[in-house]
Amino acid sequence: MKYLDEYRDSNLVRALLARIERTVTRPWVLMEICGGQTHTIMRYGLHELLPKQVEMVHGPGCPVCVTPAGILDRAVELALRPEVTLVTYGDMLRVPGSQMDLFSAKARGADVRMVYSPLDALRIARAHPERHVIFLAVGFETTAPANAMAVYQAEREGLQNFSLLASHVLVPPAIRALLASSACRVQGFVAPGHVCTVAGCKEYEEMACAYRVPIVVGGFEPVDLVQAILVLVTMLEEGRAAFANAYTRSVSYRGNVYAQNIVSEVFEVADQTWRGMGEIAQSGLRIREKYAQYDASRLFDAKLVEPTVPAVCINAEIMQGLRKPTDCMAFGTTCTPENPIGASMVSAEGACSAYHRYRRQNVETMP
Amino acid sequence: MSAILCPLSHVETETVLMGHGSGGKLSAELFRAVFQPAFGNPILNQLGDQALLEIGGTRLAFTTDSYVVKPLFFRGGNIGSLAVHGTINDLAVGGAIPLFLSAAFILEEGLPLAVLQRIVDTMQHCAAQAGVQIVTGDTKVVEKGSCDGVFINTAGIGLVPKGVQLAPDQARPGDVAVLSGSIGEHGIAIMAEREGMSFETEIASDTAALHSLSAQMLASGAAIRCMRDPTRGGVASTCNEIAQASKVGICIEEASIPVRPEVKGACELLGLDPLYIANEGRLIAIVAAEDADQLVTSMHANSLGVGARVIGRVTAENPGLVTLRTPLGTLRIVDLLANDPLPRIC
Repeated sequence: MKYLDEYRDSNLVRALLARIERTVTRPWVLMEICGGQTHTIMRYGLHELLPKQVEMVHGPGCPVCVTPAGILDRAVELALRPEVTLVTYGDMLRVPGSQMDLFSAKARGADVRMVYSPLDALRIARAHPERHVIFLAVGFETTAPANAMAVYQAEREGLQNFSLLASHVLVPPAIRALLASSACRVQGFVAPGHVCTVAGCKEYEEMACAYRVPIVVGGFEPVDLVQAILVLVTMLEEGRAAFANAYTRSVSYRGNVYAQNIVSEVFEVADQTWRGMGEIAQSGLRIREKYAQYDASRLFDAKLVEPTVPAVCINAEIMQGLRKPTDCMAFGTTCTPENPIGASMVSAEGACSAYHRYRRQNVETMP
Repeated sequence: MSAILCPLSHVETETVLMGHGSGGKLSAELFRAVFQPAFGNPILNQLGDQALLEIGGTRLAFTTDSYVVKPLFFRGGNIGSLAVHGTINDLAVGGAIPLFLSAAFILEEGLPLAVLQRIVDTMQHCAAQAGVQIVTGDTKVVEKGSCDGVFINTAGIGLVPKGVQLAPDQARPGDVAVLSGSIGEHGIAIMAEREGMSFETEIASDTAALHSLSAQMLASGAAIRCMRDPTRGGVASTCNEIAQASKVGICIEEASIPVRPEVKGACELLGLDPLYIANEGRLIAIVAAEDADQLVTSMHANSLGVGARVIGRVTAENPGLVTLRTPLGTLRIVDLLANDPLPRIC
């Protein structure tokens, strides 16, 4: 398939791995930020093919995982109201809140629907003026533009029965929080390609400079990732802390300015709670006052209460790259994709879930 | 990072969830927790796609399946063709010659008769083509809103020829796995038609009756251990079921799995893995390695088996587990999913 097969070319991956092997002289700890990148690494076993000196740790970039359980509790509570139709992306339906997930709410009679775009939620709202349609809007900089567009369009049409229950997170504040921690082991970052496609590169370039840490934008296919890792290892070996874009087929320096504009029209930056990481200052987006009538958290008085912490879970350390999912006592025993305890086990793109799905035990190699 | 929050969660299991019908882990749990304790007997406990019965020296295969697909009509077929093909296939993969079907209809008040007529005509056409007769049936009507247009249950009886002994626990290390053709077409055809899915594709369901293919395979003389049709949960779930039943590992080669570019594209778009997408006209056979070529050649002679190929082999390593060798040479687990990738595909 064009634009995919060439980036999964095993000969090209092997050639790049050989170059990393020739370049590396000592141990380095690198973090891929995005859950999609973690998923590719686990799916293809790239971490097994890298030289031993290159250790990959997995960042907090799974939007489903970091959505606070409090938001899901709120979504379930709203969905169970008789006048509400709750609409969201498919992978949010199975994410457990502290009591139940949205599928269970549906089983109890809630009107819960799955769509591929928030604009489909608008369509449902138009078709059912008797219902209040709430779109559970989560994600990073990547999903924010379409969600903003839905609100913008609802306002222009004067739709009265549509709102967003928004829980948006931003990548750069999370990277800064990681770097500010004294325990931080990460020496270089693979920045998230899709986020940078929307948000551009400037903030990442500034962080590379301010924190003296190499940051390289990477894509999501094996060739993309190994290429980004090669650039990072080369910089580290040369003692350079610079920014580079290794995903130029998608990412431009300025990013998607139209998308950025619609996001800042509808949203403003605010403090945000991350499941598994706690509150990070100025790391999320909330709906501006101007669009308050489309904000479900204002309309329905949504006060978020995050449930308490089970001691066994080491999720926060995993998301900071301090430990691996397999270091956790609960991994695969009490914490599974069906009954996740920690945020990273919640969605297919979380680190714990990717390990569990693809690598939960060392598969014996066959002749 | 200030507060470290990691809330304990529970998946609600006091009510039936969509996942209980997915054919994945939740379905297996429901069977173990509810149905098996109540109904368990030596025949049921074999957990085949069909029950194998012996009556007066005659070996019969008996199976039943309900069809609740949404939408009722899709590219390549409709609920009626599934209801006939699905039940025939459950008999065929047991090595049986399908003979008779029942057809029970649950109809929603207000369903246009023309819709029912189209479905019934399709069923008769499919049954006649397959050489089976629909010999008994039932009709119930429920109030509007109590079902979704039409639900169909079919049961089927077939004759198991002498000497045919297929069972999911027969796979042995050294055997190979053969797949009859490209995967994922039924599931993607359904998703493309489903309300709210705004993508278009030319992909048609692969729905087909497999008994002529299975008969040809058995006639080839190859030592076939078992056959399964990878419907709900796809090739991944079927291989997991065989690996668990036979207490062996199955290692499949990613590069050998045929996936049409359109299916691959739709899966990329939707974030799905074709290995988990439903098929309605494909089968997987486990066969002795030395007979694999002979079997594949015999399958190529049938229009439903032209894409047949070896996709992997059975190993003593990693018992109960399906692994996949990526084109990079690494191995990963191919897990049994708890749920459908999307609810109610077939």
